[in-house]
Amino acid sequence: MDQIPILMVGDCLLVSIQVDMHDQLALALQDSLMTKIVETGARGVMLDISSLQFVDSFIGRLLNNIASMARVLDAATVVVGMQPAVAITLVELGLTLSGIRTALNVDKGLALIRRIIDGEEQAFDRREG
Amino acid sequence: MIVEKDETIPVRTSEDVVRVRREVRERAVALGFGLVDQTKLVTAASEIARNTLDYGGGGELRIECLRDGNRRGLRLSFSDRGPGIPDIERAMTDGYTTGGGLGLGLSGAKRLSSDFAIRSSPGQGTVVILARWK
Ligand SMILES: Nc1ncnc2c1ncn2[C@@H]1O[C@H](COP(=O)(O)OP(=O)(O)O)[C@@H](O)[C@H]1O
Ligand SMILES: [Mg+2]
Repeated sequence: MDQIPILMVGDCLLVSIQVDMHDQLALALQDSLMTKIVETGARGVMLDISSLQFVDSFIGRLLNNIASMARVLDAATVVVGMQPAVAITLVELGLTLSGIRTALNVDKGLALIRRIIDGEEQAFDRREG
Repeated sequence: MIVEKDETIPVRTSEDVVRVRREVRERAVALGFGLVDQTKLVTAASEIARNTLDYGGGGELRIECLRDGNRRGLRLSFSDRGPGIPDIERAMTDGYTTGGGLGLGLSGAKRLSSDFAIRSSPGQGTVVILARWK
């Protein structure tokens, strides 16, 4: 496989990482996600990593980068479905996904993205009065 | 201690790094490692394999299945003939990177392993050996 599919669900982009990505494939995913956000005006990005059997420092950095770049493009990122063994290993590796919101599954992730977007819009309305 | 199985695979492309993760996972499963132990070993292997490729200019991995009495373990030896690491202590520090990474590969892989050793001399290359026992 030489590309990870990106789906559009409402105003969110949905990526389900089903294969062990080599580094260039992971970087290509980051690039095409950013392009898609700009093209579609998506307000949310959901990364489903429930099939991913490891997160090392490269993938961790990639997830952090996607979240902060998406933020600049006015989209909220939520990572869903991290396996417990992966989460335990991340802590020992020394990696913190501090800038990233997480949810247990896709449904909860979509709800979280909705709340983040709505919360931001309310705050904006208050500011603009 | 007995070496029951011994195999060497190349670490020359980023696809090889994917293969390293797969082979290490398969061996760990075959030895009866639990899911958390498998994940720790695969993650450590991924970090060191990437270093072998990105900093060492490529090299190889030797995978050995070990038995010591009733204990079973996996030993992974990564070697390259790259530039070597001038200051190992510094390279082992959390956050130290010369390549724009997170600087957690060596230090993190050590935390994820039962045994960890590194040997490097400038101009000669680098050898990183890690093992995890069940
Ligand atoms: N095989 C190697 N050959 C030469 N230098 C290496 C090798 N492995 C690691 N290093 C050096 O050690 C540093 C720290 O490595 P690491 O902890 O994996 O962090 P990162 O990969 O994020 O830089 C690297 O930036 C590099 O300078
Ligand atoms: Mg590294």
